[in-house]
Amino acid sequence: MAEGTFLDFEKPIVELEKKISDMRDFAIGENIELTKEISSLEEKLGKLRNDIFAKLSRWQRVQLARHPRRPYTLDYIKMMTTDFIELHGDRRFADDNALVGGLAKIDGQPVMILGQQKGRDTKQKIFRNFGMANPEGYRKAERFFRLAEKFNLPVVCLIDTPGAFPGIGAEERGQAEAIARNIFVMSRLRTQIVCVIIGEGASGGALGIGIGDRILMMENSWYSVISPEGCAAILWRDAAMGPQAAEALKVSSDDCMRLGVIDDIIREPVGGAHTEPEQAARILKTELLKVIAELRQQSPDELIESRLGKFRAMGSCRES
Amino acid sequence: MEWFKKSKPGLVSQPKKDIPDGLWTKCKSCSEIIYTKTLEETFWVCPNCDYHFRISSKKYISLMLDDGKLEEFDQNLVSCDPLEFKDSKRYPDRVKAAQQKTGRNDAIISGLGAIDKLPISFVIMDFSFIGGSMGSVVGEKIARAIERAMDNSLPIVIVSCSGGARMQEGILSLMQMAKTSALLAKLAEQGLPYISVLTNPTTAGVMASYASLGDVIIAEPGALLGFAGPRVIRQTIGQDLPEGFQSSEFFLERGFLDKVVDRKSLRHTISLFLRYFTDNVSKRAGDPNTPGASSSVA
Repeated sequence: MAEGTFLDFEKPIVELEKKISDMRDFAIGENIELTKEISSLEEKLGKLRNDIFAKLSRWQRVQLARHPRRPYTLDYIKMMTTDFIELHGDRRFADDNALVGGLAKIDGQPVMILGQQKGRDTKQKIFRNFGMANPEGYRKAERFFRLAEKFNLPVVCLIDTPGAFPGIGAEERGQAEAIARNIFVMSRLRTQIVCVIIGEGASGGALGIGIGDRILMMENSWYSVISPEGCAAILWRDAAMGPQAAEALKVSSDDCMRLGVIDDIIREPVGGAHTEPEQAARILKTELLKVIAELRQQSPDELIESRLGKFRAMGSCRES
Repeated sequence: MEWFKKSKPGLVSQPKKDIPDGLWTKCKSCSEIIYTKTLEETFWVCPNCDYHFRISSKKYISLMLDDGKLEEFDQNLVSCDPLEFKDSKRYPDRVKAAQQKTGRNDAIISGLGAIDKLPISFVIMDFSFIGGSMGSVVGEKIARAIERAMDNSLPIVIVSCSGGARMQEGILSLMQMAKTSALLAKLAEQGLPYISVLTNPTTAGVMASYASLGDVIIAEPGALLGFAGPRVIRQTIGQDLPEGFQSSEFFLERGFLDKVVDRKSLRHTISLFLRYFTDNVSKRAGDPNTPGASSSVA
């Protein structure tokens, strides 16, 4: 694991990794044969990693979804696609740097690919507004959807946002309307749409690009009606109760699968997507190609009717 | 998620009761003491300052629909507890308490009624039931009301009053935004009118779905409308919000409302809209049953 930030529960792994690397340096430096010892430690490392990641709590998954080294939308686009041309602007107000997208090819298959974009360092974080789009971001996405429909391109939405931006300008320019309009438009769009929650899927900000024929979640992403901290602040008057709220809200990919909200979970390399980004991207790419090929078999009428049927069925109520 | 907030930032704090009883009532906005009987006659609008008191969904039905009558549907739908959610209270207990308080199974009433003899599918939300929050029951009843409109080629009127999605049903509450909006998109394809009426407050998940999708959108004066709640925005930007921010009037000025309508004019205004939209439709190719047949539009 590279130097830098890691999560609390990653610490034993990081320590053992360091030990192995030290031992390797020592063996080379002193010219001593330690292969056996090293491979035994590596085996131990694999087991430790498996053990820790086999029983992650929901909160730990939330932390992984926010890992500072987790691949973001543009990382996946770079790793999965060729000939990417980024498109800009909503043609009404501005270009939103928190929501990016454009034309690309996945293994030769042309697609419209878009998603929220977070920044890695402070400057980039501010430039990307922490992945929180304004109305112009959602309206830019709407423009992409219509373009894709017009030219019969599949749409791939990569969702990774702590929420739609709650600011004065966002309200003035109709954040609610922008999100509602996208749900409306996506639900009848006459081309294939695949949505993948790659990191954080917070509330309306996620749903604003989250209507599709297939909804997928990366294993260590979260998807919820409200962020754990937001929920904790309301229910327990204390944002620090986030871990409890994450449990109560059932935000994990397994939960969403069980609740019938998503179609599939995309496995990540053990240790999380950030440990092996290229491998994570390969897995995602394979899954996308498979799903797009399936959906290409359906006519636009079939697509929109089954898309509606899918969301129509979501909920949990009964006749008393 | 914003139903815990005061609905009128900057004003005096409001008592929890929806409608004060007693012979005299103090206006929450201008503090004028008003004879309660007078308020009943003005549909609970302050004669002094035009403040619109919050009224029950039942009162809206009586003031908006012909003979004050609604043929109710789906009254028996109740929420399950998909998350087995518990904070200070178990979610089923919270629902039960709200049911006992309101005599309703959830935060919504839906059915068939008429405005000036024009039959409509009608939906009204009830803030007194867990802040009008939208969970599976609200979503399902709206979905069925939209389907009822489509099945019978009727317009639909939805009166919103909600702090947003219901946290206790988690992601399934969020999906009700998708369910209702997707059906509204289908309704729109069929050329059937949808009038969205916003009352105080309409925010968050409800505002970011069906409430914002009307062919026309009208609101009562002074209602709190918006995506994020004022407290969240204040925290984000670290300063106070401008006066009147996120009010109906603000929304009108910013281009997200067609009209701010006094409570006493709601019925007439909606009736006018519906006539404009349906009279024309029935003249299309002389076939009132296929209002969506766009090829025949003159």
